[in-house]
Amino acid sequence: MKISTLLYTIKQGFANIFRNKWYSLASIATISACLFLFGLFYSIVANFQNILKTAEEGVSVTVFFHSEWDGCESHTDGQIPSEQKIEEIGQEIAKRAEVSDVQFKSADEAWATFGPDYFGEDYAEGFPENPLAGEDSYEIFLSDVSMQDALVTWLQSIPEVRKVNYSEMTANTLSGLNLLIAYVSMGIIVILLAVSIFLISNTVAIGISVRSEEINIMKYIGATDFFVRAPFVLEGMLIGLIGAALPLGLIYSLYNYALNYMVNRFMVLSGFLNFLSVDEVFHFLVPISLGVGVGIGFLGSISTVRKHLHV
Amino acid sequence: MANKEAQRLKRERIIEENGIIFLDNVSKSYSSGSPALNGVTLSIGRGEFVFIVGDSGSGKSTLIKLLLRELTATSGSVYVMGNDLAKLKHRQIPRFRRNLGVVFQDFRLLNDRNVYENVAFAQRIVETPVSEIRRNVPAILATVGLAGKYKAKTKQLSGGEQQRVALARALVNNPSILLADEPTGNLDPNNSWEIMKLLEEINESGTTVVVVTHNREIVNAMQKRVITMKKGVIISDEEKGGYIDED
Repeated sequence: MKISTLLYTIKQGFANIFRNKWYSLASIATISACLFLFGLFYSIVANFQNILKTAEEGVSVTVFFHSEWDGCESHTDGQIPSEQKIEEIGQEIAKRAEVSDVQFKSADEAWATFGPDYFGEDYAEGFPENPLAGEDSYEIFLSDVSMQDALVTWLQSIPEVRKVNYSEMTANTLSGLNLLIAYVSMGIIVILLAVSIFLISNTVAIGISVRSEEINIMKYIGATDFFVRAPFVLEGMLIGLIGAALPLGLIYSLYNYALNYMVNRFMVLSGFLNFLSVDEVFHFLVPISLGVGVGIGFLGSISTVRKHLHV
Repeated sequence: MANKEAQRLKRERIIEENGIIFLDNVSKSYSSGSPALNGVTLSIGRGEFVFIVGDSGSGKSTLIKLLLRELTATSGSVYVMGNDLAKLKHRQIPRFRRNLGVVFQDFRLLNDRNVYENVAFAQRIVETPVSEIRRNVPAILATVGLAGKYKAKTKQLSGGEQQRVALARALVNNPSILLADEPTGNLDPNNSWEIMKLLEEINESGTTVVVVTHNREIVNAMQKRVITMKKGVIISDEEKGGYIDED
């Protein structure tokens, strides 16, 4: 193909948008509306999931070991681990898939932390010795809170372990909520995408069908399928691109505004509500929106023009 | 290269032996109803001017669609410019049609483009260099009497002028055959005669012209070959013929 022909088809693709401005506007509006709803919903769901994830990351399991300070039963039933053994157990815990982080806390560190909390700055007075002696522990953070049960069962099976502290209810609630939001949001996103794809491809199809006469004329005077199709496909892709870019721009502004508002208005909740930055949201939203807009513009126009090419 | 030359020679031989358009016992049936064409055999020589006449349902439109390779025959063979149209692949059809000018009753112009663009479009399809397009389009517009209207939108033109644009578009690539399907159907008598004069001039320059028409006055006055069709068969084929009244 000659370069002049290629340039001509590209020029026609752009020109078609202005020639059929009402169709172009209707198509862009449809695509924008669908992708705006999709983007808005995704932004909300992504933040919900992020807040839950942050909450999950705070859930920990604490493991205590047998020591000479235990009662008689412990001496009999369990084994008192050496410092080296405790370190080995720590390494084994860290290797497990459900564990994201393990932090060792010696009895002295524990007392230094809890002492002031319970007894004030003069906590050491009246306690010549560390009351938490023998309470060396690991604080274990989970990568997936739904796997807490498996981890706890495994920890309890270690002979050197005296006690495992964990909250079953917190883990179950977070895990259930996470699952619920994942399913519901997945369902709604799939429905929104399906409706978007249906509406956008129909709009593209109608826009091309009303110009089937134009396609017939081109075919009668000897245009190849490519020559007929290329401007329509380019037009469809450009409409898809504009239709996707507009809601992205709008969501970008709205999201920044909402983020500032929430952070300033609910500063007290900033410890719990950990919002995603606009970059984090757009990292996913931009390729999906552009892919849906441009992709459907491309596929919709190709398949619709094909129906009219058999002249 | 040698193969292409052999094919060209084969096509030339077919044209020499059977004419530039040759239908051999052609029938065309649609999924329902009686056949639109029934055993039609017809030969049109290079450079001829032929009228095809007949009432609605006589098979004229089906014949034109077969010649354009918009349809394929149910049985029999259709040869146009030596090409056996049944053997033409989908991707070969555009190249075939570029040697075939076509004009319709309803003009079929691209109404969102001006006169120049409508005619230039036919040249762009065959990838004519832009410099040649700039030379050829004004020349052909001058031939059809529209030299001064190249910037006009097609909707601003009269019916006669629109048909001239369609003619210019059909002719700009120097086709071997011009098919005109009711070219005067939407025109007043004056414009109809103007168009027919243009068609006659085009024919005199060597192009084979096939005109499907209902216009009795023009057919009778022009004294050309007239093929009359009725219910899918040819009932008359006369040199310097006239319009046959079926009643």
